[in-house]
This record gives sequence, C-alpha cells and structure tokens, in this order.
Amino acid sequence: MSENAVDPDRRRFLTGTASVIGGIGAGLAAIPFVATFQPSARAKAIGAPVEADISQLELGQRVTYKWRGKPVWIVRRTPEELAELESLGSDTLRDPDSQESEQPAFAVNAWRSEKPEYLVLVGICTHLGCSPNFFPQPGLEAMGADWPGGFYCPCHGSKFDLAGRVFLGVPAPLNMVVPPYRYIDDTHIMIGEMEDGAA
Amino acid sequence: MNGIVKGLVGLRDWVDDRFPLMQLWNDHMGCYYAPKNFNFWYYFGVLSLVVLTIQIITGIWLVMSYKPDASLAFGSVEYIMRDVSWGWLIRYMHSTGASFFFIVVYLHMFRGLLYGSFKKPRELIWILGMFIYLSLMAEAFFGYLLPWGQMSYWGAQVITSLFGAIPFVGETLLEWIRGDYVVSDITLNRFFSFHVIALPFAIAGLVVLHIIALHEVGSNNPDGVEIKKHKDADGKPLDGIPFHPYYTVKDSVGVVVFLMVFAAVVFFAPEMGGYFLEHNNFIPADPLKTPEHIAPVWYFTPFYSILRANTVNFFGIPAKLWGVIFMGLGTMVFFLLPWLDRSPVKSIRYRGPIFKTALGIFVVTFIILGYLGMLPPTDMRTLVAQICTIIYFLFFILMPFYTKWDQTKPVPDRVTG
Amino acid sequence: MNKLICALILWGMTGLALAAGGHGPALLEANVNIGNKTSLQRGARLFVNYCLSCHSAQFMRYQRMATDLGLDDSVVKDNLMFTTDKIGDTMKVAMRPADAEKWFGVAPPDLSVIARARGADWLYSFLNGFYLDDTRPTGVNNLYFPDTAMPHVLSELQGYQQLKDHGEEAGHASHAAPLELAQAGKMDEAEYRQATRDLVAFLVYVGEPAKLVRYRVGFWVIAFLFVLFVATYLMKREYWKDVH
Repeated sequence: MSENAVDPDRRRFLTGTASVIGGIGAGLAAIPFVATFQPSARAKAIGAPVEADISQLELGQRVTYKWRGKPVWIVRRTPEELAELESLGSDTLRDPDSQESEQPAFAVNAWRSEKPEYLVLVGICTHLGCSPNFFPQPGLEAMGADWPGGFYCPCHGSKFDLAGRVFLGVPAPLNMVVPPYRYIDDTHIMIGEMEDGAA
Repeated sequence: MNGIVKGLVGLRDWVDDRFPLMQLWNDHMGCYYAPKNFNFWYYFGVLSLVVLTIQIITGIWLVMSYKPDASLAFGSVEYIMRDVSWGWLIRYMHSTGASFFFIVVYLHMFRGLLYGSFKKPRELIWILGMFIYLSLMAEAFFGYLLPWGQMSYWGAQVITSLFGAIPFVGETLLEWIRGDYVVSDITLNRFFSFHVIALPFAIAGLVVLHIIALHEVGSNNPDGVEIKKHKDADGKPLDGIPFHPYYTVKDSVGVVVFLMVFAAVVFFAPEMGGYFLEHNNFIPADPLKTPEHIAPVWYFTPFYSILRANTVNFFGIPAKLWGVIFMGLGTMVFFLLPWLDRSPVKSIRYRGPIFKTALGIFVVTFIILGYLGMLPPTDMRTLVAQICTIIYFLFFILMPFYTKWDQTKPVPDRVTG
Repeated sequence: MNKLICALILWGMTGLALAAGGHGPALLEANVNIGNKTSLQRGARLFVNYCLSCHSAQFMRYQRMATDLGLDDSVVKDNLMFTTDKIGDTMKVAMRPADAEKWFGVAPPDLSVIARARGADWLYSFLNGFYLDDTRPTGVNNLYFPDTAMPHVLSELQGYQQLKDHGEEAGHASHAAPLELAQAGKMDEAEYRQATRDLVAFLVYVGEPAKLVRYRVGFWVIAFLFVLFVATYLMKREYWKDVH
C-alpha cells in the first residue's frame, strides 16, 4: 500500500454511507414482517359480503347476520318509529345529521338507511366495542319514561336511537356504523358491498 | 444535534453507573484484541450468529400463523405460503436458514480442525460449541416434524424408533417419547414446544457461554500462535487489533456477501433441488403409507449412513443397537478431540503430511457418507458406507498416534501475513 | 500434495458414482413456462373441467387465481367456478372422500402442491402416458404410474394410445416412444401435448403462486445487497489501512 495516510473525513463519509444504506436495508427487510400482520386472504374470504334474506322480517323485528365477524342487524321499523326518528334533534342527539359518523352516503339522513323502513347497522357500540341490547319499546320501564326506543349498551350505558344515533350524555362518541350494503332485489340485501362494487 | 448527542451520552453514563455497560462493550468489542491475520474461515462464527438471528425472528413470525395440530399443520404451512401476505418469504427464509445454519456451522467446525482451535487452552470453547451443535441437531429434528409432510412424519418415526433399540426399556421409552403408539398429534405438540421454546433458549444460552469462554482465552488464528505472548508497553498484543472497528467492518462485508448467497437461494432455489425442501414433504403425513424412499435432510445424512451401515450382529448385540451406538459415538467423539490430538502445533500450516492426509480423507469420507445417506441402500452402497464408517472412526482412534509421530514445521513466534 | 488431492477427489467420485442410478422409463420434458398467462389460463380451464370434479386444490383460492392470471372476478365466476359462488373460496370438490375411496379404491389426492411433490416432468409424462390395458378395471394403464387407479380422463381429447411392440417384451423400456395412437380424440398429437403442457403449467403455478413474484423480488434484493456490499467493502478497506 502506497497511500497509508488516514483521511478522517473519508473514513467518516464511508462509515456514514454504509450505515445509511444498511439502515435502509434493515427498514426494507422489516416491510414483509410488518405486512404479514394484515388480514390474510383467508380472513378476507371469511369477511366477504354476506347475503341477507329480509322476506320473512316482520314490522318492528330485528334479524342478526355475521359479517367480518361482527353482528350486523337488520331492523324493520314501523311508521311510528320512523316518525319518532325525524322528530329527534340536536337537543337530545350528539350527531343527529350523521356528519361525523361512519355510513355510506345514501344513509346520511334521519333514518340512516337506503330504504327508510330497513335499518342495516353494525351492532357494535362506538365506545369500546360491546354489542348493545335492542330495546324498541318507547318508555320502557328500565330506560325511563322519555325513552323513545333504541339500543342500550350494557357495558358502559351508552344509548342510541332506532337509527343507531347516539344520545347526548353517554360515553359513546359517534353514531353506530352503517356498513356498505346494496339491495339485490326487494327481499335480499348484500351486506359489505355497494352498488359500484366497493367494499 | 449537539443536544441530542449530549442527551445520549448522559443516558449512557446514567446506565453505566448502574450496569457495566461500557465494561461489557470494551471486554467484547472495543478493547477485545483479536489476531490481525484472520482469513476466510473466520467469517463463519459471526455468520452462524446471523443465521441464528434470522431463524429466531422468522420463527417468531411463523408461529403466528402455524397450527401445531396434526389435522391442521400441513394446511397451516400452505396457508402461510399463500394466504398470509409475504408469508412465503418468511417461511422460505426459515427453511433455507435451517440448511444454511448447518452449512455455516460445519464450516466453522472445519475451521477448528484446520487451525487446531480446539486445542489447549480452548478445550472448553470447543466443548460448548459441540453442545451447540448437538442442540442444533435436536432443534432441526424437532422442527422438521412441524410441516407434517410425509418426510416429517416418517423421519420422526424412524429417528424416535432408534430409542427402541435400547435393551429392556426400549419399547416403553419409545411410547413415552412419542406419547402414543406411533408419532401422532401428541408427538407433534411436544416437538413444537421443544422447537419453539426449550431448544432456542438452550442454544441462545450456550452461544453466550461459547463467546464468553472465547473472549476469556482469546481467539486462535491461522498460524495457531498465541498473540498474548507478545504485548507492547501498554499490555496490548502486538499482533492483535481491537475487534471494533476492525472486525466489525470486516465482518459486515462477510455478512453482506453471505446475505447475497442466502437471498439467491431463498428467492431462486428455495427447494435446492429437493435437498433443502424434500419433494415428498409436499405430501401430507400418512401414517398408513411410507414413501418409497425416505431420507433425512442432508445435514443428518452422514450420521444416518453410519446408522444404516451396521448390518451385522456381534458380541451378542443386534445390528440395530450397534447402529444407534455408532451413530451416537460418531457425534460424541468430537468432544474428545482436544485430548486425542497430541500434536505440539495447532495450525495445519505447521503440521506434517500425515495429519493433512488424515484430515483430507476424513472430509471426503464425511461427504461420501452424507451423500450415501440421501440414497436408498443397495449392497454396494452399504459396503461403501461400512468402509467409510470404519475410516471415520479410525480418524479419531488413530489420532493420538499419527499426530504424535507426524513431523511438524517450526511455528513462528509471531503471526505471519 | 496435489497428487494426493487428485487421488482423494477421484476416490470420492467413485463413491458418489456408485450411488447414482434410477429406475422406470425416462420422463418426458414438460418445459412449462408459468410466466405465460394465456398458457396458465388454458390450463386453468382444463383443470376445472377435467380435474376438479374429483381432485380438489383446497389451498388455492379462486380470487388469487383470478388476480394472478389476469382474469376478472366475474369471468372466473361465470366460467371457472362450478362448486361454489364465493370468489374467496378455495378449490374444493363436491365429492366426499369416503365415496371417492369406494369408487376408485383410493381417494383422489388434493392437487394443491402435487407439482411440488411429483415435479412438472412427471405430471406431464403421466398425462401423456395412458395406454389401453384390458386387465385394468379402468381399461387403461399408465407407463409412468403402473396400475394407477385414475381413469384416462382426458381421453376425449387425446383418444387412446396402445403399447408398441405388443407381445414382444424385450426392449420397450429403451424405446424412444413406446406408445402409439390407437384411437383418435378431438385433438391431434401436438395439440394434446400443448394442452397437457398448459395443464401442468397451471399445476406448477397452483403449487406455488408466490413463484410469480419471488424471482422479481429476489432480483431487487440481490441488487440492493450488491450496493451495500460495495459500501461496506470500501469502508472496510478504509479502516484496514491502519493494520500493517
């Protein structure tokens, strides 16, 4: 070796370069490991859209389907219940016009559904993930005389109306989630899929 | 920027007051003096550490999707290969890593033979290393059952059957090990536990001991001279250089080259023509049907050949038991190496022709045994395996004599080039 | 010393040579190309029409196949899915394994990873190896899998072959093409070879869908490591200037 003189700048530069490239490599190598945590193809297949049959559903009744492992309720509401929903406003509800809550665009209305009669709702409380009880009867004894009918979460006492809208003065921050869905025909709903095919 | 550096230095000092941080660093990296003449063969120690890390990390990830259940195991591996995002890469890294672990460890051990790294004062390092090697074989054996393919199943069936050769208690012991009359779901569960918990702990612990022992006596080198004999005024070995930064930068080059080879296999030949992932292991385990030809994975085949080469009953002991005894001795005999070698020199550079020949023959014998172990036996192959088995043991049995008689060249005082 | 090494190598090679050797007729070469999407699509069509009624591919999802083969989900649903209407499902088979065992004597194996167990050449040879044999319950035997329980499912395409040199036992193992066509099918010989090649290509793909991406990822990984190699090598050379 003829040039044995140590050049500290060169040394620092080369060490830095190697460290930076090595660091990038470590970061890139982490990508597949992070990616494995995503829902697998099987989880996605199990979470595929679910077809619901509403031909047997009577007025005032509820059926439950499982979609992506969560309960999805379909409630057929009576005309009186729908009228009651329209009468509720910001004096009792936190987000009456569903401005901050999660739902398809067609459900931004007082009854939060495509066809007013049929409510399709993910049956999970927006507070900490419990599944609320279905108390459709207005003035139910346990709920107090002013209870208009709706859902009550037994875990932390959150209350929702029959469109899944959250009442004021309870821990839940938002209205319950309306999943994407579409009508296959008058008596069949595909839960988890919209008209344009989006999930 | 300056503030951050100051903060980090402060944190370091805070920890150092309560924990020997800098002392550990200096003992093992910054002020650990390693001989300056390490050559190619000296990469394989750090490379085995790299593979161990790869195996532990990919293993943790595989356990997240693997199911240790006889009815689900095979499917869960295919689930990882298909349904889990990037699962195929993690699985191939782990399966390729298993083979590379043995490649690297065999080369690391061969380095020990070449340069006499097992000789006084490094006997304990060698013994600890042998324990790592044995644990690694157990780890690989347990792990190989987990994909629950035909080779997994019948390999485990055959190897556990070895215990059946032990007189009187064999059959009982066999059922006790398997927890069933054959290898079954119960066996799979206990092998899984050993593979992911018990042995990784043992291996990690032994590796720490191996390195502590090494850093206590200091590294050997291709000349087999002790660098601690010649120190400068400060007490630093004249032929030594601090491990950090000199060997950290040198090893990082070696690690990158290794990773290139590793990646080439992982991405372009993960089956390695059936040697790393055996074809028959893509058939789910069937306890009622043995595949036409079963062979262990390549890293076990030398010992498997020795096992099969025993075909004669003698001294009233059946051939089956001799097979087990010789296979056991074949691995254990390495432990005795520090005391079998009577040569006054360490490195092959200063040994005579007899040792060189003996080592050469041993390596070729080991490879032939390994190759034969992958093939179905024929009369001719069994005969070759028997001859090789005898040569294999003669290498060790005769070692005290030929190493003593062998001519040696004078060992230099200081390391060369 | 060199002579010694040569002698050792020679000796080692004799040992290895002793160990070599095989049995059975030599396999035909499949020469599949899984990078060819139209070949895979043709193979998929053959697979669902001829294989999937008895053999499942229970680890392969229709949706994955649609994406990898460049097909629309709806195309797959309408043309390639007969046992389910959920695109996320795997390729299961309607037949119960117990029934299958009763009818064929053995349950038809799942074909998800058959190409990895048997190899492309074997599958290709097997599909081209059926010949008429009155002694078998199915009426056919196979050159590469003697006494197979599987009937010649593709006979409507290939027709039937028979053994050449019938009656003369000697020499047909070494014969280049021991089979000849006895009864024509819908396809001529070249078409049938291409069809079975497509089918085997599809099975190779099904055996390992990741194969389609791993070569590409591997190239970039190694290219990156090469850059890192240059950087670390320059760094090492710089530091080692200190060592004399």
